[in-house]
Amino acid sequence: MRTIRIGAGAGFADDRIEPAVDLAVRGRLDYLVFECLAERTIALAQLEKRRDPAGGWNEWLDERFDAVLEPAVRSGTRIVTNMGAANPLGAARRVAGLAARKGLSDLRVAAVTGDDVLAIIRGSDLSLLERPGTLSSLGEIISANAYLGMDALLDALASDADVIIAGRIADPSLFLAPLVHEFGWRPDDWPLLGAGTAVGHLLECAGQLTGGYFADPGKKNVPDLGRLGFPLAEVDENGSFVVTKLPNTGGQLTVATVTEQLLYEVHDPARYVTPDVIADFSRVRLEQVGADRVAVSGVGGAERPADLKVSVGYVDSFVAEGQISYAGPNALARARLALDIVRERVTGAHLPILETRYDLIGVDAVYRGLLVPSNPEPSEVRARVAVRTGDLASARQVAREVASLWLNGPAGGGGVTRSATEDVAIVSVFLPRREVSVNTAVLGTREGALA
Amino acid sequence: MRLYDLAHARAGDKGDISDISVIAYDLDHFEHLRRHLTADRVRIYFGEMVRGAIDRYEMPALGALKFVLHEALGGGVTRSLSLDSHGKTLSYSLLDLDLPDLPDDTETLS
Repeated sequence: MRTIRIGAGAGFADDRIEPAVDLAVRGRLDYLVFECLAERTIALAQLEKRRDPAGGWNEWLDERFDAVLEPAVRSGTRIVTNMGAANPLGAARRVAGLAARKGLSDLRVAAVTGDDVLAIIRGSDLSLLERPGTLSSLGEIISANAYLGMDALLDALASDADVIIAGRIADPSLFLAPLVHEFGWRPDDWPLLGAGTAVGHLLECAGQLTGGYFADPGKKNVPDLGRLGFPLAEVDENGSFVVTKLPNTGGQLTVATVTEQLLYEVHDPARYVTPDVIADFSRVRLEQVGADRVAVSGVGGAERPADLKVSVGYVDSFVAEGQISYAGPNALARARLALDIVRERVTGAHLPILETRYDLIGVDAVYRGLLVPSNPEPSEVRARVAVRTGDLASARQVAREVASLWLNGPAGGGGVTRSATEDVAIVSVFLPRREVSVNTAVLGTREGALA
Repeated sequence: MRLYDLAHARAGDKGDISDISVIAYDLDHFEHLRRHLTADRVRIYFGEMVRGAIDRYEMPALGALKFVLHEALGGGVTRSLSLDSHGKTLSYSLLDLDLPDLPDDTETLS
C-alpha cells in the first residue's frame, strides 16, 4: 500500500524554523506544510498590506524560505503553506525571486487566492455568529477571509508547482489536500476525509504534538525540549496513519501528547467541523507502536457543512495597557495603591472609556480577579492597567497615567511598560460556497520579484 | 485529593469559548473523574468567570473529559482586556480543583 509522508514545518506565525529545516533535510517527506495563520493574523496582515501594497504576508516568509527551500528541493519535498496571509500572490513572487537568486531556476510557485471576500460581503447584511447583530453594525471593516477547504488547493497540487502559497485555508485542509491529491480520495468519502482531517488536526500545531506545551517538571517530564523536533505523519491510502518525529530530536510523542492535541479546540469530539467534512474523533484509537510512534485509527466523518465560515476583521476600539512592578516588603499594598491612583486619575479625566481592567500580576491577573487567590503575600507583584477607549487620544492619555506612576505613585515602582493601540477584533459570518471562487496562478522564477 | 493528582489538561479557545480537555493518567481513574468532575462542579469552581453554558463530552477510550465553557473569556482573544486573553492558563487552574479521594479498590499514582 502507498504511504505518503507529510510533515509540519510551523504551527503558528512566529514558530521556530530549525525543526522545519531538519524535516526538509532528513524527513524524506513528500510534503512539508507550514501553518502560520491564527484567527486575527490575516486582519493584521491586511493592515500591513494597506501600508505597503506589496506586503501583507507572514513576517518570517523570507527567513523560512531562505532556510528551507534548497533542502526541500533536494529532497523532492513539496511545500504547502498559508503564509501568503493577505497577499498570496505577492508572497509567491517573493519566493520565486528568492529561488532565482539561489539558482533554483526551475522552481515553480503557485499562488492560491479567493479567500479574500471583502468585496463580496461589503454592504451585505449577513448575521454575526458570535453575537446578535449584522455586519452593518460593525465599525470599519478591515478584512473578510473565507476559510477555504482542501478543494481550493487541488488545482495547485495538480500543477507542477514545488511550492504552494495560499491565504486563509482551514488549518487541517492544508494537510488533507495533498492526501486527497495523492490518493484520489473522493470528495464525498467522508470517513477518509475525516481521517485526513485528523492528520491535519494533529500536525497543524507542530511542536504541540511532540511534547511542546506539555511539560510539567516532575509530573510530565519531556526530554530535551530545547531541541524539540516537529512531527510528521506516515499516511496509508486507507486513511490509517502513524504520527512520529525524527530520531535525535528533542521532545516525545506518546499516547498522552497525542490525546492532548487530538482533543485540542475541537469542542464536540464527535463533530469537528471543517470546510471539508464533519470529522468524528469520538471513537479514535491510539496505540504506541514504537518509540515516539503512535498509530491512529477509528476516525469517522459526515457530510461537510453547506456554507463557508468567514472571519471578518474590524477596528473595534482602542486599548491602553500599562504595567509597573513592586517588590519586597508590602509590595502587594503598594501595587494596589498604584492601581487605585490610576483609577482615580482616569475616572477624573472623563474619557470615553468602554471597559477597564485593574490587575495584579502574580496575584489575580490571568483569572481576571474572579478566583480567590490562596497564595501568601508575593515577593514581587506587577500592577497592570488595561482600558478600552473610543479613540486613540484617550488611550494614549491612559497609558501616560500609568507611566506617571514613576514620579507620582507609590514608593519603589519599576519596569514601566505602556502602549496605546488600535484594537482589531474578529467576528464570523457564514457565506454560501457559490459566492467564493478560487484562482490558482503558477509562477516561474523569471516572474519573481526583484526585491 | 486534587484533580492535578489524577489528570493532565490542555486549554484552547474559539472566540469567547474556552475548551478544556482533562485526561486521566490512568484509564482506571476515568470513572472517578466522570462521577465527580461534572459540568455543575466545574461551574461552581469557575463561578462568575463562565457566564454561558458548560458542555461536557466523555471520551472513555481516551480517559478524557472535554469541557466547553461558553462566554468564558471576557469577550475572547480578539476582544478581551485580560492578560491571558486565550484563557490558556485555565487548564492548570482547573487542575487545582479538589476531588473526593479515590475509592479503596483503585490505587492512586502517588
